[in-house]
Amino acid sequence: MTQNILEMQSITKVFPGVRALDNVSLNVARGEIHAICGENGAGKSTLMKVLSGVYPHGTYEGDIVYENKVVAFKNIRESEAEGIVIIHQELALSPHLSIAENIFLNNEIKRFGLIDWNKTGQEAQKLMARVGLKENPDAKIKDIGVGKQQLVEIAKALSKRVKLLILDEPTAALNDEDSAHLLDLLRHLKGQGISCIIISHKLNEIAAIADKTTIIRDGKTVETLEMGKGKVDQERIIKGMVGREMDNRYPAHKSKVGAEILRVENWTAYHPDDKNRVVVDNVNLNVKKGEIVGIAGIMGAGRTEFARSLFGRSWGTNISGKVFINGEEANVSTIRRAIESGLAYATEDRKRFGLNLIDDIKRNISMASLHTFVKFGLVNDNEEFKVASEYRKSMNIKAPSVLSITGKLSGGNQQKVVLSQWINSNPQVLILDEPTRGIDVGAKYEIYTIIQRLADEGKGVIVISSELPELLGICDRIYALAEGTITGEVAKDKATPELLMKYMTAEKGKK
Amino acid sequence: MATATKEKTSLLANIRGRLEGVNLRQNGIFLALIALILFFAATTPNAASLTPGNWSNLVVQNGYILVLAIGMVMVIIAGHIDLSVGSVAAFIGAVAGILVVRPLEQDGWDWLPALPWWAGILGALVIGALVGVWQGFWVAYVGIPAFIVTLAGMLLFRGMALMTLQNSNIGPFPDEFRAIGNGFLDKENALGAALGFPPAFNATALIVTALGVLALLWQAINQRAGRVKYGQPVEPRTWFFVKLIALSAMVAYVGFQLAQANGIPFTLLLLVFLVVVYTMIMNKTTFGRHIYAIGGNLHAAMLSGINVRRVNFWLFVNMGALAALSGVLIAARMNSAVPKAGDGFELDAISSVFIGGAAVQGGVGTVTGSMIGGVIQGVLANGMNLNSVGIDSQMTVKGMVLLLAVAFDVWSKNRK
Repeated sequence: MTQNILEMQSITKVFPGVRALDNVSLNVARGEIHAICGENGAGKSTLMKVLSGVYPHGTYEGDIVYENKVVAFKNIRESEAEGIVIIHQELALSPHLSIAENIFLNNEIKRFGLIDWNKTGQEAQKLMARVGLKENPDAKIKDIGVGKQQLVEIAKALSKRVKLLILDEPTAALNDEDSAHLLDLLRHLKGQGISCIIISHKLNEIAAIADKTTIIRDGKTVETLEMGKGKVDQERIIKGMVGREMDNRYPAHKSKVGAEILRVENWTAYHPDDKNRVVVDNVNLNVKKGEIVGIAGIMGAGRTEFARSLFGRSWGTNISGKVFINGEEANVSTIRRAIESGLAYATEDRKRFGLNLIDDIKRNISMASLHTFVKFGLVNDNEEFKVASEYRKSMNIKAPSVLSITGKLSGGNQQKVVLSQWINSNPQVLILDEPTRGIDVGAKYEIYTIIQRLADEGKGVIVISSELPELLGICDRIYALAEGTITGEVAKDKATPELLMKYMTAEKGKK
Repeated sequence: MATATKEKTSLLANIRGRLEGVNLRQNGIFLALIALILFFAATTPNAASLTPGNWSNLVVQNGYILVLAIGMVMVIIAGHIDLSVGSVAAFIGAVAGILVVRPLEQDGWDWLPALPWWAGILGALVIGALVGVWQGFWVAYVGIPAFIVTLAGMLLFRGMALMTLQNSNIGPFPDEFRAIGNGFLDKENALGAALGFPPAFNATALIVTALGVLALLWQAINQRAGRVKYGQPVEPRTWFFVKLIALSAMVAYVGFQLAQANGIPFTLLLLVFLVVVYTMIMNKTTFGRHIYAIGGNLHAAMLSGINVRRVNFWLFVNMGALAALSGVLIAARMNSAVPKAGDGFELDAISSVFIGGAAVQGGVGTVTGSMIGGVIQGVLANGMNLNSVGIDSQMTVKGMVLLLAVAFDVWSKNRK
């Protein structure tokens, strides 16, 4: 009897033309938190799908030893029956059902064939207490925050007597407070003997919580690190992931700042559902040619709302304020006019708002500038192909051709398609909302390079980001936003995380 | 042993690679149509399904559904649906009756002189477009789901058809009007007589078919050459030519058959014209491309500056005009405007679109696919009629075909 709850031995999984996993091994000890790191497309998700039976036994090579016996799961049901539960990045909850109903969804507590609602509520409350969720079990999922939804998922896993809990990017959508709570909970569950595999891009979290970290690169196991206190830091993990020492995560750059290109005066916007709630409050800012300007702010500070209200009033009501581009007042009352005035906005949520995922790269790149390909009333799709192919090359979009479907690309490559789309609309000012969210370290570096190239071409770039190191790394100037108001403006050489954090959490009311 | 496996996988990969450029869905549906035609050729008594007269019937009997399907596929790609087109067709047929034939006694329109046939058709199309303006307004600018707006329209315009006709029929129509639904290009074979052709063949039909095939070849080869020049990936050369030759042969065969009947129906000419124009609209104009973008991801389309409301509005105006054209074809074919015209045609049109490979969620579909979907239904009905299959079994089969066609679609999508 070994102390490992799980041993995946020499797993190889081949898709037509691709070796997604090549001889990967993973050992998880009983009651440990085991992190899996790797760039997007490295094979982390594939490995978890092999483990949970999404790719059934027989479609891969190698053995899975779980609880000291070789298992052959044919589907998720079988792996769940053995206590292996995956919680995906996109939560699988039904928004109109209550917390209790969701916890016992497809696992209902029955008496004489009918659902026993009293017992359901009682058991739900017990489970909610275990995960530290203070809510009414009858509350609807859609009415609680995403952090609490995550806890409901874990409660649901506990209801299935989970022994090995797998979390895929659990904190990607959470704010710092919720993330901290979630990590505490994982430590707590570990104390109860539940083993945990966590896939995450947030290396500081991994460094804080994991007992061991296995790094996967290009479908191969690179190494497994023992994470003992302070022995392994982020740089060490990054080194394993990218295969080289990344002493500089941000490319060096010297901006050539020119004349003012964008000025926003007294910009105010109200919430579309609550017309008395001011979300963007009298914002004034400016961007110069060749300058990269950051907007920092905690969740809910109104960063995205500001950007979208500016971009053709695509968010909010009762919007007021003035926009000047190159010194002239610009009409940005519709998205079309905003684009024609020289604005571009690349969304924080590329899957929902940025891309037509069922269409190819080419047509996504031309989406905002299709009229420029029209000759005699007809779209010249050969020109379109040519231009898109040029972007594929210059932006290093990894796909066999621009006719590949965007939905099948990795996050980093999708982001490059979004950027190409907006660069091709030939803007003067680009607003990039969380341009590196959910993409891996290597691709982030490339995105930074692209941003700097845009600045070098004389465009103004606004970067909105939740990651302070990122803003400090690439911006020439940073505005801090709190409760819809600009609370501070810091130049690159004076900026520190502490100063920015102070501005970001500034109290409103006395400005 | 190991090398053998390796060779096997590389062979498989090779075949997969070759098939990569081939559109399985579209080609599959085309092959299904051919199989169906062969099946009925084998089963109908004396191969009745292949006689020249039957080919001719097939075209004129399905023309109005296919016209509806063209508008419907656009609406469905954008993520909407239109349940009202059958009723609109009936209403417009009635309007055309009032305009051209003139009237029922004391219908309150006595002051209006009967219009010439062409002006009547034009008027009918304009009123159809206005119906579209009405529905487009509710869908695009008020934001009511198209399902509701057109469900209401289904009742509304059926009611208006009944009111216009005052529960009776209007007819007969002038010969020129009827020709749209029933007529043939140079039916008397005047050109053949002048050129000294054997009287069994309609010379005009043969010449038009030949020109059509040449145009088809020219367009396909030209387009491929353009793509190759720009380094775009294209279908494998052999496959391209096999497909092109098969398609040309099929067109030539149908033309040859029609030449032995009455010649080429005007309905067919109209349809070919519409298919060419609308395929171009969908693939090569910003309007068409915006329709795909809206269906694929509404939010992304909006944020990239597409005026979604305007596109939706014009989609329904276009659908109204095409429903009107369909109504004119029905009235012309039946030689009278009747209140029951077009009953259930919206469902035939919708089936054609889905059999033709469109996705229920929107964003996917083609005009040609929908035409093939419509023709499959037509061939099926025609063949079963010739085999004296009862209407009960016919409905069952039609239902199963729709279900299985979409199931195949779903399966081929999930296979990856």
